[in-house]
Amino acid sequence: MAEIALHARRLRKQFGGVRAVSDVSIDVHANEVHAVIGPNGAGKSTLINLLSGELFVNAGSIMLGEVDITGLAPDQRARAGLGRAYQKTTIFPRFSVHENVRLAAQARSHAPLRMFGGIATNDEVNRRTDAAIAKAGLAGRESIVANLLSHGEQRQLEIAMVLATDPKIILLDEPLAGMGQAEARAIIALIASLKQGRAVLIVEHDMDAVFELADRLTVMHDGHVIATGVPAEVRLHPAVREAYLGNHGDAA
Amino acid sequence: MRARPRLPSWLVPFLCLMAAVALPFWVPTYYTQFASKALIMGMLAMALNLAVGQGGLVSLCHAAFFGVAGYVLALTSPKYDAASLLLTLPLAVLASGLAALAIGALALRTRGVYFIMVTLAFGEMLYFFFHDTGIGGGSDGAFINLKPEIAIAGRQLLDLDKPMAFYFVVLAFTVGVIALLLMLVRSPFGHALAAARDNERRARSLGFPIFRIRLIAFTISGALAGLAGYFAAAQFGFVAPEMLGWHQSATVLAMVLIGGLQSVTGPLLGALVLLGLEEVLKANLAQWKLAEGLIVIAIVLALPNGVRQLWPLLFGQPRQKPSSGKVAPETGRG
Amino acid sequence: MDLITFGVQLLNAIQYGMVLFLVASGLTLVFGILGVINLAHGAFYMLGAYLAYWIAAATGNFLIAVVAGVAIAFVVGLLLENVFIRRLYGRDHLAQVLLSFGLILVIDEVREMLFGKDVHAVTPPAWLSGSIQLTTNLSYPVYRLAICVFCLAVAGLIFLVITRTKIGMIVRAGAENREMTRVLGINYDSVNRYVFATGIALAALGGIVIAPISTVFPGMGDSMLILSFVVVVLGGIGSVAGAAIGALLIGLTDTFGKVFFPSVSGILIYLLMALVLLWRPNGILGRREI
Repeated sequence: MAEIALHARRLRKQFGGVRAVSDVSIDVHANEVHAVIGPNGAGKSTLINLLSGELFVNAGSIMLGEVDITGLAPDQRARAGLGRAYQKTTIFPRFSVHENVRLAAQARSHAPLRMFGGIATNDEVNRRTDAAIAKAGLAGRESIVANLLSHGEQRQLEIAMVLATDPKIILLDEPLAGMGQAEARAIIALIASLKQGRAVLIVEHDMDAVFELADRLTVMHDGHVIATGVPAEVRLHPAVREAYLGNHGDAA
Repeated sequence: MRARPRLPSWLVPFLCLMAAVALPFWVPTYYTQFASKALIMGMLAMALNLAVGQGGLVSLCHAAFFGVAGYVLALTSPKYDAASLLLTLPLAVLASGLAALAIGALALRTRGVYFIMVTLAFGEMLYFFFHDTGIGGGSDGAFINLKPEIAIAGRQLLDLDKPMAFYFVVLAFTVGVIALLLMLVRSPFGHALAAARDNERRARSLGFPIFRIRLIAFTISGALAGLAGYFAAAQFGFVAPEMLGWHQSATVLAMVLIGGLQSVTGPLLGALVLLGLEEVLKANLAQWKLAEGLIVIAIVLALPNGVRQLWPLLFGQPRQKPSSGKVAPETGRG
Repeated sequence: MDLITFGVQLLNAIQYGMVLFLVASGLTLVFGILGVINLAHGAFYMLGAYLAYWIAAATGNFLIAVVAGVAIAFVVGLLLENVFIRRLYGRDHLAQVLLSFGLILVIDEVREMLFGKDVHAVTPPAWLSGSIQLTTNLSYPVYRLAICVFCLAVAGLIFLVITRTKIGMIVRAGAENREMTRVLGINYDSVNRYVFATGIALAALGGIVIAPISTVFPGMGDSMLILSFVVVVLGGIGSVAGAAIGALLIGLTDTFGKVFFPSVSGILIYLLMALVLLWRPNGILGRREI
């Protein structure tokens, strides 16, 4: 069995009296894309926020490799090797593409808050910046101010920023949302290439893309995990067909 | 875009510095003193802009840090003797920095409009501290009879009681503050601070410790405000609680806005403009505050990016790139 | 401290808190609904007190001063919203801070031109000017009790309007989600205008009712502004109920602080604020976020 990059055990989160996530356990393996699917309100977004640290769990534990990150703040989790891209594109709109990615690389450098000297003097940061830009397919677009990019390119930039932090696991929240067919193809290919050397967890509504990308699936419903496994198994799981996939007919 | 050949980037700052050095030899003492005052308020405004412009933290308590340093000088000055600058200046800056650290640690738990209200309230707390307790003469304030001096083994090297000497010391510190701020703004730290301003959530998820970054910036900003406050107290020879009041903080914010938040030196220009304006209004108008209020309102409504917006109108072509971002390396011109 | 003295101090604290609530609720409404931070709020409190003095002196009737003062403040509020404040919607906080600071300078100077800068006293109406004898050497002014009753009535009215009426619903919806109300086709411009004017009128009303038991002086708006800010920070921005809690807390802290810890009483409310910030950075009734 492959190495487990992220191991979440019996996570619970409630808002007031409502349990958004209850008893959710999930193992994300290295070198795999793991997709979380489920109908709206199933608790997928809450789960991703619990993993990235923007929400804290009421119960349960999260291990990143050998490190217990349950009590860590989002920035501490990021430094521990957890990278996250958001559903709504959240880049630094006034910065150039290169600036955006360089900032991300800087965050994981040895002296991220150095108070003297220029910003381009750290070779390690420069190298990771250039590599992430190239990998995300933005080479040649470095000097463009981020909010002038197309929607698809902004998602590429978002992924480049996550890559530049050199994460062990990448969390992607609906990376294909609001995207045209051609743009989506490029992003899907990019995501598929991300899993080499790291783990990828993705929440996505586009079933075709999910079944194309995912090595492993977790299906959520009403805050619970109702099935988890490789796509072929999950597809046939009776609870899944009833709860969710039935609605999508032959997409499953 | 640029039809005319570009001036070398060091030329304008160099000419400004030359003009500043030559100034006291050409104008009457009154204007040398006025220039000292403008530089001091410019230092304060530039210090504040590290928090406001670079950090996105609209603070309404920087006058308190300014005033704390002034009080430190007043309290450490012997009655019939000059205080030692080398001793009292670091002490004053330290006190202001500590005050900023304490207030920042609490206020930075909040965001946006909360932050404004909380800084205002804590600033007023310091105001009432000096107003209500007997420290530093209560509401009457305290005098600093002799300006601080630099003396070694009893021999006076520098006498700040001479307006020209005072001016050059203040000018030197102003240049130092500009250099320090430019270094900070262009460093990885400055970029992280700007990133937290533009998108806090993203900056945090990249791994930047937002609270710590902002607290460091706020503390440095407060300490530099203290530097300005020390010289302000030395120049007037008097401190009073009003020095810490929030009207003062708001006035300095107006200087920052007038000069523009986008550059390190903009607020210095803003201080010069606002003080010059006050000087003219006071001389000609009984209701000068009415005029000043209306002018501040007009600037907010008409020139949200400061008086530099007038440049293209006055000279027909933009002298600088439009202020789209502050990550551009030439942030600190003017 | 015997029971009666304690009772008297408690009444003082409540009365002080109620006036604070009037002023602070105006501030929190304007911020919660318009998203505008108004530093000139205290200046309208001061203006209200001067109006009370001026109208009461001219007419000899304090009740006229209350009604006319609030009406004048309301109209001034409508006017200012139309000329200045509407240009601030959507602008950053810095612009709001500085524009309202400019307004303070203007209002101060206008006040000086109209009323001068002297300190004044206002006499309460004769039928409220007596005192209730509590013990042989302790009495409590009727006017202070009347303030309590009056402010409670106004507070009740505010709650009724916010919880029971269509306007109140719009107001609450607007505080939650401005876009939503826009989609629903609500005419935001007119709501904005009346909300701002109401906020100003509440500040002025606070100044009017306080005038007979305080002195009327130019700097009175400044300290009130700070106190209102502390109230809003304590209670949670946009929450009228939070403003009520915050105002009573400040009233109690300040009044009993002056009794028990006279030397540090000026600092106490800020310590209270610091504690609340450590405990709940978004205020007692503010939304909890990370």
